Amino acid sequence: MRVRIRHEITQRFEPPARNTTATVRLTPRSHDGQFILRWTLDLFSDCRLNPAEDAFGNLCHTFTLDGPVDVLTVIAEGEVETQDTTGILRGTVERFPPPLFLRQTELTEPDEAVLKLARSLPFSADDPLSFLHTLMATLKERIAEVPTSALSDVLPAGEALKTGTGCSGAVAHLFTSVARLHSIPARHISGYLASGDAGTARHWAEAYVPKIGWIGFDAGRDMCPTEEYVRLAVGLDSLDVAPLRGTGFDTRQNVRAEEGRLSARIAQAQSQGQN
Amino acid sequence: MRQTFDEMSSSDGTVRPAYETLSQWLSNVPQDVLAHRRKEAEFIFRRIGITFAVYGEQNAQERLIPFDIVPRILTKEEWVQLSKGLEQRVKALNHYIHDVYSKREILKAGKIPEELVYKNPAFRPEMNGQRVPHDLYVHIAGIDIVRTDPSTFYVLEDNARTPSGVSYMLENREIMLRLFPELFSMYKVAPVENYADDLLATLRSLSPHSGHEPNVVILTPGIYNSAYYEHSFLADKLGVDLVEGRDLFVKDAVVYMRTTEGPKRVDVIYRRLDDDFLDPLAFRRDSVLGVPGLMSAYQAGNVTLTNAVGTGVADDKAVYSYMPEIIKFYLGEEPILPNVPTWRCREPDHLKYVLEHLPELVVKEVHGSGGYGMLVGPTADKAQIEAFRAKVSATPDNFIAQPTLALSTCPTLVEQGVAPRHVDLRPFILSGSDKVRIVPGGLTRVAMKEGSLVVNSSQGGGTKDTWVLDV
Amino acid sequence: MLSRTADNLYWLTRYVERADCLARILDVSQRLAYTPVTYGGSTNEWGSAVLSAGCADLYTNRYGPLEEATEENVVSFLAFEAENASSIRNCFEVARTNARSVRTALTSEMWDVINSAWIELRNFPNRPLTRDELARFLAFVKETSLRFDGATFRTMLRNDAYWFARSGVQLERADNTARILDVKYHVLLPEKEHVGGPLDYFQWTSILRSVSALTAFHWVYRDSVKPWLVADLLILNRQMPRSLAACYDSLARNLDDIAGAYGRQGPSQRLGRSMLARLTNRSIEDIFQTGLHEFISEFISDNNKLGAEITEQYLT
Repeated sequence: MRVRIRHEITQRFEPPARNTTATVRLTPRSHDGQFILRWTLDLFSDCRLNPAEDAFGNLCHTFTLDGPVDVLTVIAEGEVETQDTTGILRGTVERFPPPLFLRQTELTEPDEAVLKLARSLPFSADDPLSFLHTLMATLKERIAEVPTSALSDVLPAGEALKTGTGCSGAVAHLFTSVARLHSIPARHISGYLASGDAGTARHWAEAYVPKIGWIGFDAGRDMCPTEEYVRLAVGLDSLDVAPLRGTGFDTRQNVRAEEGRLSARIAQAQSQGQN
Repeated sequence: MRQTFDEMSSSDGTVRPAYETLSQWLSNVPQDVLAHRRKEAEFIFRRIGITFAVYGEQNAQERLIPFDIVPRILTKEEWVQLSKGLEQRVKALNHYIHDVYSKREILKAGKIPEELVYKNPAFRPEMNGQRVPHDLYVHIAGIDIVRTDPSTFYVLEDNARTPSGVSYMLENREIMLRLFPELFSMYKVAPVENYADDLLATLRSLSPHSGHEPNVVILTPGIYNSAYYEHSFLADKLGVDLVEGRDLFVKDAVVYMRTTEGPKRVDVIYRRLDDDFLDPLAFRRDSVLGVPGLMSAYQAGNVTLTNAVGTGVADDKAVYSYMPEIIKFYLGEEPILPNVPTWRCREPDHLKYVLEHLPELVVKEVHGSGGYGMLVGPTADKAQIEAFRAKVSATPDNFIAQPTLALSTCPTLVEQGVAPRHVDLRPFILSGSDKVRIVPGGLTRVAMKEGSLVVNSSQGGGTKDTWVLDV
Repeated sequence: MLSRTADNLYWLTRYVERADCLARILDVSQRLAYTPVTYGGSTNEWGSAVLSAGCADLYTNRYGPLEEATEENVVSFLAFEAENASSIRNCFEVARTNARSVRTALTSEMWDVINSAWIELRNFPNRPLTRDELARFLAFVKETSLRFDGATFRTMLRNDAYWFARSGVQLERADNTARILDVKYHVLLPEKEHVGGPLDYFQWTSILRSVSALTAFHWVYRDSVKPWLVADLLILNRQMPRSLAACYDSLARNLDDIAGAYGRQGPSQRLGRSMLARLTNRSIEDIFQTGLHEFISEFISDNNKLGAEITEQYLT
């Protein structure tokens, strides 16, 4: 399936910032399940985009704007050819062996309730796959999903469980937290979901199962990613995959965040087969 | 427990050769003169503002570390043995860090459990595959040494992040020279004053560029940091700028500092700021002490950070217990300085032993420092022991235990006169691209309370001048 | 040098100077308050003190109208109060904090003065002081600023660090002199415009005292104290170290030295020179004719503007 994506993020500064430095993670990489046909990143400001690769192999760009800066607009646009792999990932860029993804972070650190949840689910070390599916189904039941915003903070695992609501990223925090508690390497994914004519930014999780490899789990929808998913960045938690991270962005004191406009459309063109 | 080793006199009262002159001098100088000189020293320390902050004490924001005027003496032979061992240890630390951030041979060889690296919060994924100048990570190390008998110096702890205390080493010598010039005419003491030159040479050797004189700065968290005095002291001695995060900015992966004449490029940052706070775009995003984008400049190879990011992966107390294997693995040598035997509570049989022998052991948190979160079994009461039993049982991975060592004692001036007190030693090891530099001696810390084994300044410990004899 | 270092130096010296000025204001207020009304003393000297210190709003918020200001309240407000950012105690606190941040740019003598003063400050009791204690306290404050200035003058390298430090002093000093004049300008106006007479003598001399200029007055004018001469001395006389003209004389030179060293000049040099020219080219008659009050108000505002220009050009 061919997916066209346009993701626009606008950040306003009030009062204008003296200068700002930021990193964007808005460039997907190809793997067996997706091929990037065309991708551009535009910054509507006068500066240099310095490309780099982060610790997890994500393509990112860092830039500095001299002030005063009152508005910042980033637009990522491109076309991706996807195909269904039943959630199993092959050909991804891997910078670490799976055990690294046993690390909890501040956002996935389990509290008492999360520990309790982890213990309450039937677990057998011989069959992690069933456990992961049970976990996915349980989370779908326990957490009422709210829309995912490209900019706002994602709730930590414990908070999501306590409140019983959270965006797709919060659900992914919870999923990775519980999986790691059972020594299953798990990681956080950002990307897009294109269904029908609409497109949304979305987070999900991946877990590592011996003999199979990395498998995607979208617990918010209780399903493994299909050809409707475009995978953007990977990390230990939502912060590692934040599409835009910059100075003054996270304090919110003098920043007004505007929801990015995002559209993903299934293009008319025929599938071009595998590359 | 074995008999305590006193560095001045043996158990039968004979004074060891190195201490003979000092011992005689001590017995000749009237007590009130000593007391007076100590007051004088304290006065000087306060006037020049050598203070440190103690966490958790509201009213004592700036306190003096007690300074003991009786020097601690090491012979040349003792020092030669020590410095060889220190150099070996630091080389191994650098190899180990390089390895865990690149090929991870030691994990593949199964010498160290993977999770000790991967689940260690001090392991920084950002450093994976990152090239650092000359593959050196720990440019400034502080290795804590304790002594238990004439020939045994144990390594108690490696400090590979931002070890502090060197300013006390230098100031202590200054004060001793001022107060007791006569003593220096009786002994040939190896100088330590060249530390600042050595440090600057080391930092310059690490510049990512050749061709121009590198701009070296010291990055401090600011005046409220407990070691701020040391930061400004070092900047002063090195003749470099002492900067805070807000003085620096990054543009197109290059670090600049804001000066009255406009932006000036920075090449080497001796940072006294923990990894977590370095760059809000890469690490803790609430950090206001760091420099946004610093990691991007670092990763682009445009600036050197000393010590490198992620060195903490080598210096926690769980990794410590593997240091003998680490030395053998990378250098093919036996450790010159032994480790203190260590039980890792993460291993079930070790845990069992530890829980059964709590009253005899010293139990430490794997990631703790400064003497916080530590149980000294023999001096703890029942309630403290039980509290630790609960903690260790709940999260065994977080703890290690060691036998209570009979730390050596040195003569120390206390209320009742000169009496033996327990000491340790922190030498500072500088690793530059050209060579390893160690100034003779280091910082001797002394537990001022009788019988106490806790020398940490945050727990009321004091310091002494450390003399390495040059004969 | 680091912008922050220059900023710290500049504010360090400003705060030491401010503390000194507050001590003088308190000194003089006390003297006037004890002078019988029939000899020119007045009952609201303490209110004037608060006005001269430039923190009237904060005072009235905390203690009520200035007309009812009492010695006890004003002394504790201007000297010790923690909530008053410009109390002498806070001036010393801020000065030391700044000094600690730029330890490496100070000579040990300068640091020693500031650090000792900060330690000494803790020896003064935390209760209303007796008159003796207050006198001792004010003497201590003035002595500290003298020692600090002396240490700066005698030990600091003559480079940009020195020039920024001195600019802070001069800017603050000009501000303080101008404020004292602003509060008391009415007693300096020509006689026919206000009811006065020989009783004002005490007011005039008190203005001179508050800037330590009584003896200087006699040396310069060899005349009895007359209001327009007082104004002339404090505004236009370049021999008098606290006059506006003398402050700007040094200030303009310091700023030019900085520009010279950096090979580049900017708005602060231009403004500094233009203000100096204004003070050089005018006579006191001239100023009285266009209005003393207006002149001083404009000066205070321009002086602040120069502070802002220096900050913008060098310190951020």
